[in-house]
Amino acid sequence: MQGLERILGEHRLFAGLGQQFLELAAGCAKNVRFDPDEYLFHADDPADWIYLVRHGRVALEVTTPHQGAIRFETVGEGEVVGLTWLLPPYRWGYDARATELTRALALDARCLRDKCEADHDLGYEILKRFLPVLVQRLRATRLQMLDVYSPGR
Amino acid sequence: MLPRPVRVRKRTRDLPGTVTLELEPTDGMPLPSYAPGQFTMLYVFGVGEIPVSISGDASDGSRLVQTIRSVGAVSEAVTKLLPNDVLGLRGPFGTAWPTSELAGQDVVVVAGGLGLAPLRPSIYHLLANREQFGKVVLLYGTRSPDEILYRRQLETWRKRLDIQLEVTVDHAGADWRGHVGVVTKLIPRLSIDVQHATALVCGPEIMMRFGAAALCDLGLPEQSVWLSLERNMKCAVGLCGHCQFAGLFACKDGAVVRYDQVRRLLAMTEI
Repeated sequence: MQGLERILGEHRLFAGLGQQFLELAAGCAKNVRFDPDEYLFHADDPADWIYLVRHGRVALEVTTPHQGAIRFETVGEGEVVGLTWLLPPYRWGYDARATELTRALALDARCLRDKCEADHDLGYEILKRFLPVLVQRLRATRLQMLDVYSPGR
Repeated sequence: MLPRPVRVRKRTRDLPGTVTLELEPTDGMPLPSYAPGQFTMLYVFGVGEIPVSISGDASDGSRLVQTIRSVGAVSEAVTKLLPNDVLGLRGPFGTAWPTSELAGQDVVVVAGGLGLAPLRPSIYHLLANREQFGKVVLLYGTRSPDEILYRRQLETWRKRLDIQLEVTVDHAGADWRGHVGVVTKLIPRLSIDVQHATALVCGPEIMMRFGAAALCDLGLPEQSVWLSLERNMKCAVGLCGHCQFAGLFACKDGAVVRYDQVRRLLAMTEI
């Protein structure tokens, strides 16, 4: 358990989280690895796990009938895969696939939600860490939608 | 102000609608020297004149290398020039990347799309004098894998062990193994000495705005971030006013400017 606390505390998302909260969060964590092209989850699956990437790269994809899988973002070391675990109906909106050997810390989403519900101080700390990720992705999505590299821009 | 005739020595098609021309003198006289970041005015006789970034190595005085994308009648005519065709040249004009102030600094080059072209002379300088700088990072973003400019050169640079080079695309299919996402998303991941770092940023203006903001969020002072403005230059010497950018003329006060000089202006409409 101490190993997981340390790994969790070293991840960029949880850097600076107090020891008490690290212990609580680490109680929901386990180490996982994915081979290249292995899926972490598929769209519409229950959002049961949150993945804190320690090494490797994960592609987030949407599959379309005519173009197949379209990659709209990749997530790498120090980043997080999975944000919709925070909000009902707790389902993924895209596929997540490792593009190379990927090691991550997987947090049981239900376990973490229950602990956040029971301890709102922990919940607030967790929210403060996930909210900037959401904002950053919203900004990035806005830029992607502007298609800034098209001729004439 | 009179265009000097120069000849196309070589034409390389980089991407659909984008070519790189190598120009040489027709009169045996040396080509003008330039600093990384400067531009010239290229004149296709009977069609018109446009500003074009210099994209070659400033230490190589034997040729002038310029990369052009076809976006209008004149630029289309420039991209259709062939070896031995003659065109008019004025310049170089404008300000330059602060290459002489970079010694001892970490240097972050952030390029978007065709914005890699005006940054390439500074990259040549950084690589040729690599021992003078701290970390050297090149972040390049473009729309898709098949729109990567200077792809072979990027692949060559990536093999070097003394620079960090990251390429990201906005969209990709499942066969692309690299980063996907906007180039600004790579900035928070940087590990640099922000108090002793300088950033050179060039790309679409919206990308530069978000890129410069992300660099400052990382901790770089605004004075350490440099951008290259793209405006409709005509005379290129600050007389005609076509490229006026509030109190600046992009042709002579730019194209390279410090972020703190233009930060407020970048968000204003109709400038």
